[in-house]
Amino acid sequence: MSVVLDIAGLNKSFGGIKATDDLNLSVEAGELHAVIGPNGAGKTTLISQLCGTQTPDSGRIRFKGRDITGMKPYARAHLGITRSFQITSLILEMSVIDNIALAVQARDGHSFRFIRAARKIAPLRREAMALLQRVGLADKAELPTGALSHGEHRHMEIAIALGAQADLMLLDEPMAGLGIEESAEMVTLLRDLKGKHSILLIEHDMDAVFALADRISVLVYGHIIATGTPDEIRSNDAVQHAYLGEE
Amino acid sequence: MISLTRRSWLTLAVMALLAVLPPVFYLTGNPYYLDLATRLAILAIAAVSLNLILGYGGLVSFGHAAFVGLGAYAVGIPAHHWLYGGLDFLATTSGLVQIPLAVAVCALFALVTGAICLRTKGVYFIMITMAFAQMIYYLIVSIEEYGGDDGLVIDTRSELPVVNLDNPLHLFGLSYVALVVAMLLVRMIVRSRFGMVLQGAKGNPERMVTLGFNVYAYRLTAYVISGAMSGFAGALLGNFTTFISPEMMDWSRSGELMFMVILGGAATTLGPVLGAIVFIVAEEALSSFTIYWHLPFGLMLMAVVLFARGGLMGMLRGRGEDRE
Ligand SMILES: Nc1ncnc2c1ncn2[C@@H]1O[C@H](COP(=O)(O)OP(=O)(O)OP(=O)(O)O)[C@@H](O)[C@H]1O
Ligand SMILES: [Mg+2]
Repeated sequence: MSVVLDIAGLNKSFGGIKATDDLNLSVEAGELHAVIGPNGAGKTTLISQLCGTQTPDSGRIRFKGRDITGMKPYARAHLGITRSFQITSLILEMSVIDNIALAVQARDGHSFRFIRAARKIAPLRREAMALLQRVGLADKAELPTGALSHGEHRHMEIAIALGAQADLMLLDEPMAGLGIEESAEMVTLLRDLKGKHSILLIEHDMDAVFALADRISVLVYGHIIATGTPDEIRSNDAVQHAYLGEE
Repeated sequence: MISLTRRSWLTLAVMALLAVLPPVFYLTGNPYYLDLATRLAILAIAAVSLNLILGYGGLVSFGHAAFVGLGAYAVGIPAHHWLYGGLDFLATTSGLVQIPLAVAVCALFALVTGAICLRTKGVYFIMITMAFAQMIYYLIVSIEEYGGDDGLVIDTRSELPVVNLDNPLHLFGLSYVALVVAMLLVRMIVRSRFGMVLQGAKGNPERMVTLGFNVYAYRLTAYVISGAMSGFAGALLGNFTTFISPEMMDWSRSGELMFMVILGGAATTLGPVLGAIVFIVAEEALSSFTIYWHLPFGLMLMAVVLFARGGLMGMLRGRGEDRE
């Protein structure tokens, strides 16, 4: 299997806090690689550095063999990296379908197109609608995004990540704040994505992580203390001690 | 079947009245109202163009009067040299030169200042747009040849084919048509894919960047379009007042344009025009009572911001019509 994402020696500090500490990690093509770790371990900071909204202090990030460490966030998106946000990050003023259509539109390369009305462009609308169908929100397409529930927002996040048709999806706690039933729906959705995309999944929900992941990395204080299959992680003493044992 | 929303009906009605009433007043011996409507239409063009970045782009530019002023000087300076000599390459009374010059100068000014301003956010953006406008203000004040802060009289209006700007009806007609074109242009832009990106970046810039949109480039483009349109309005304003001065670029003038957009209803087609109407009417009604007529204005704006989010257009919103 080929390596899609390769992170070597990544460091990032905020003042005195080391949010990322000599971090090494790789994601292989088609793999679902989960990162778990306690609150404040530096999981979101890792994702922000991968998609470029935060700059590492040192280290190197390679995507499909290409060094992207200093690349602008929008340029990384064009290469095929997309993320979802832990704290829902949608355009609340726009309708649900407009949010998704923007993700589809983003693939066109550029949007310096001024004449035709975006809402009248059939392929854009059709694909956005198909994505909404896939996450079960087709009937809410025309509602203002602000009117949807938290769980529905989480599904929109996934639809947007799908719309980007990215090779690498960085998913930051897609189940954050979901109820039991909604979480189960999300697991089904993620299982459906598995194998079709390379995924770096951050998640607190251990049942979901152990059910879905090919490999799991455990992040504590910015440093990865163990990487392995779910079985290996479950029986790893250091992990038991530092993290799982607490539960 | 075409079914129009309440807003569309209102837009058509207001624009029809604005087309018909002023000439009727003029022809029945009330030329003053035609002048008022001409000024209204010109200010409304500037407000409509400000709405593109302020309303749809969420970029609170506090220096838009600079573009209007620059556009007016792009008419005044060539006309000045045509009459008094000097700078032969600039000297002309042809509107076919002056108006494109106004648009080009403003586009360039927007490109250069926007490239810097758009690197900042929030209050800093407001302050720096205002600072650039004040810079132009003092630049013009410092040029003796163009009258400094005494201003400059435009002796000859722009010469154009077909229309004669010395004829008030023609000047009104041109301003009105330009306003309608400006409204349609902004409407087309905000509905386009470009416009969706601009509006998306207003709601959530981080999301747009991670989707792959270079938000900075889209905003800069909108800023240039908006500046160029305001420059056009400035060229008309110079022809209307035939007297231009740095005062046109004062920060309070920029504030008035913001007032029109916010009071009328930001991010709507008709809003800035409604705002301009309220502004002109209030100015007329209040300035005869008190020189402090800006005060009730400020209070009115506060009331709108506090009690009627979305401005006048927001108050008129029907069910299911909250989006353009
Ligand atoms: N912009 C910032 N400025 C200063 N400190 C920050 C910043 N972002 C994150 N931190 C700090 O870095 C550390 C890692 O934060 P991060 O959000 O990456 O953790 P996380 O693993 O995603 O936590 P959670 O599980 O709560 O989402 C925390 O101590 C946090 O306070
Ligand atoms: Mg986090």
